[in-house]
Amino acid sequence: MSRIREVIVAVWDRKSGRALLILLLALYVCAIAAPFIAPYETSTQELGKAFHPPTSLTFSEGRLAVRIYQQTNKDLNLFEPIEGKIAPIHFFSRGYEYKILGILPWDRHLFTVDEAHRIYLLGSDSTGRDVFSRLLYGSQISLSIGLIGISITLFFGFIVGAVAGFYGGKTDFVIMRLVEILMAIPGLYLLLALRSALAPYFSSTKMYLVIVIILALIGWAGTSRMIRGMALSIRNRPFVQASEAMGQSTTVILFRHILPNLSSYLLVAATLSIPGYILGEAALSFLGLGITEPDASWGLMLSQAQEARILMLNFWWMLTPGVAIFITVMAFNLLGDILRDIVDPKFGINKS
Amino acid sequence: MSNKPLLNVKDLHISFGQVNSISHAVQGISFKIEKGETVAVVGESGSGKSVTAMALTRLLPESAHCKITGCIQLEEQDTLALEADALREIRGGKIAYIFQEPSTSLNPVYTIGFQIKEALDLHRPEVTDQQAEAERLLDAVGIKDPRQTLNDYPHQLSGGMQQRAMIAMALACQPKLLVADEPTTALDVTIQAQIIELLKKLKSEQEMSIMLITHNFGIVTGFADRVIVMFRGNIVESGPTDEVLKNPQHPYTQALIDCIPKLGKKQDRLTTIDYEKITG
Amino acid sequence: MSLLKVENLKVHFPVRTGLLQRVTDHIFAVDGISFEIAQGSCVGLVGESGSGKSTTGKAIIGLNPTTAGSIHYESTNLSGLNTSDFLPFRKKIQMVFQDPFNSLNPRMRVEALIGEPLEIHFPEMSRSARRARVSELLTQVGLSPDSIDRYPHAFSGGQRQRIGIARALAVKPEFLILDEPVSALDVSVQAQIINLLADLKEEFNLTYLFISHDLAVVEHFCDYTLVMNEGKVVEQGETEKVLNQPRDAYTRRLIDAVPSL
Repeated sequence: MSRIREVIVAVWDRKSGRALLILLLALYVCAIAAPFIAPYETSTQELGKAFHPPTSLTFSEGRLAVRIYQQTNKDLNLFEPIEGKIAPIHFFSRGYEYKILGILPWDRHLFTVDEAHRIYLLGSDSTGRDVFSRLLYGSQISLSIGLIGISITLFFGFIVGAVAGFYGGKTDFVIMRLVEILMAIPGLYLLLALRSALAPYFSSTKMYLVIVIILALIGWAGTSRMIRGMALSIRNRPFVQASEAMGQSTTVILFRHILPNLSSYLLVAATLSIPGYILGEAALSFLGLGITEPDASWGLMLSQAQEARILMLNFWWMLTPGVAIFITVMAFNLLGDILRDIVDPKFGINKS
Repeated sequence: MSNKPLLNVKDLHISFGQVNSISHAVQGISFKIEKGETVAVVGESGSGKSVTAMALTRLLPESAHCKITGCIQLEEQDTLALEADALREIRGGKIAYIFQEPSTSLNPVYTIGFQIKEALDLHRPEVTDQQAEAERLLDAVGIKDPRQTLNDYPHQLSGGMQQRAMIAMALACQPKLLVADEPTTALDVTIQAQIIELLKKLKSEQEMSIMLITHNFGIVTGFADRVIVMFRGNIVESGPTDEVLKNPQHPYTQALIDCIPKLGKKQDRLTTIDYEKITG
Repeated sequence: MSLLKVENLKVHFPVRTGLLQRVTDHIFAVDGISFEIAQGSCVGLVGESGSGKSTTGKAIIGLNPTTAGSIHYESTNLSGLNTSDFLPFRKKIQMVFQDPFNSLNPRMRVEALIGEPLEIHFPEMSRSARRARVSELLTQVGLSPDSIDRYPHAFSGGQRQRIGIARALAVKPEFLILDEPVSALDVSVQAQIINLLADLKEEFNLTYLFISHDLAVVEHFCDYTLVMNEGKVVEQGETEKVLNQPRDAYTRRLIDAVPSL
């Protein structure tokens, strides 16, 4: 829709908007390209290298290399770099096999080191798995959950809200009371109950979908109420009546006359509610009710950082998933604010 | 009383937009409004008449890259040179506005009484009995049950009553100049006539000047002392109302008068304005 | 025979209150009116806001449900027709709306706006044929065919009203309901639109119901006039007669309120 293109151009024209768009785009590109960028799989362990600190990089003979570490204290998981020992980094080299976008098999990676050594850009966790790789794979879950969730929400929200707003009267009354009943259900507890009831039947990845669907099914009620209010006011605008008067069908009126006039609002609403889904997934996984080991998600990774020794011994890299959640949520919220400024007629750009 | 005019506008230019797309809304106009005088500014939409009225107290949005040059003298002050604080004194205090849509100019969540008292607070803090003053104002604008109306919300009043309440709010500050921007366009004919009558009566009672902005010569007769005709950002003609109406000098003025359908003078075809002939 | 015959038409809107939305009262928007419109005539429907004149117009085209009475178009009673039976009449009867800023969907181009009724009533029409027809209509209402790809915001109020008229004419209707088509326009533009409507009436042999609050325009434009007040027709007759020798006090008040130049 041209209106949405117009809004995106307006965002791009602002410095902060452009920065946010680039940041979010980069995050999604990284998520999609995770198997290529990540040097290891989510489950690749190295028990001897638990809580390995981030490997420092060095130049040797014109090539980028990592330093090699040895464990100096087994109880405290302390590592020290060995003087003079390095392992060169290979770019676009062969590694474990994966499928591009889940279809084409390939085994090239952005960077690897020789199999005898390890590269931990962001350190390793309690079983020596690469935090950087897990962060990338985790972003696939955390970043897509918002998009899928909001799509379901907007779909139901628009259909139900627009139908209620368009027909009004008894239809509206009945639909809105049902929506209110749905909104009165305490969402988090329903989620917990459903999750534990369904746990035996779903694998971790399927559970991911279940979570999205549950989150979205609870979330659409509020959206539909807002859309209903707006549909109600657009419905009484003369151009909708004009279309009715010429005999246009209700479906066409909903999609041709009402939806495009809501599109900019929906864009803002969508951007502002994506963080809710990201945080929702993080919270569930943190509580152990979402994605389970050995798969990775930011919430699940953060739950591992609960251990006392992580704070005591300053394993700061274990908190990077929290930073990732923070940056993503902030980016969406700020972008939503910018969009709202652009779309809000009070700010003058919505001149028609 | 001195012979100085209340408002003296000299060589006013107003433009919008930035370098590559400037539109010159007003292109160097000068006019005066004397104390106690009613001046009608007549023109089509886009002629710059409303923009001129808004510029008097710099009410134009800053985001629109609006540039105003020239001189607007209100009594002894140049409003274009004033600081924001001093300007606020003038807005509502010396120059009050009423607009076309009374329903959107009143805040729907406050009662009429609250909104009038707010105006009193701002511009006439010396008034001790605000309730009595608000009642007096509503009575002055011809609202039958002022006490009840003070407690009403805007949506409980009809369009004509809302416009009366708007006028009462404008009067609350005892302005020197009342700017009425198409005050009757959104109203029914019978109500239109009543509001014009009311403005006439108030003008003689309150010793204020009125600047009436309209696109319709029809409501000017019998109300305005002088007429200023604007066309595409310029004043093409001005003079006493009767003279301008009887003997318009500029072809545009003539065309604007001719295009109004007149009751009792049925034409075969309505006269339209031939812009090419006017701009030559 | 008359083209349209309205008999004892009533439109009452229920007032609902409380949690269960029980009907507690009614607004009598139109309360028992009767009139006829002859083929080829132009009938003025005059009244102030709240008089029920717009509601009457909308009831004829089925935008408001009727409470009682009948609306006969030729020999068919329109009130009580279901949506599919009403469809052919939505082609014969078209409406031009008051507010040229709100009656055009701001997100649609002129081609889609004027083409919409064609799409509904001539679904077999090809895309290019439709585009050609829209261009032709634009010329007929005095707009440049170049404007076919523009959005409504690129036009002035008068031009938008021309688009609204082109949309109404697209399916070659017989009867046009003009709901205050010039009230929101400058006087200078008013005259242009009225003249355009007069020309089109001549050219396409149309019948008009002209809803207005401006008696001067009605005098100029309509041969027959109905005066409405509080949901009832208080006076009707030939325009000249109604305006020169008003019998009803309300009509007289309306006439007196018109400013004289």
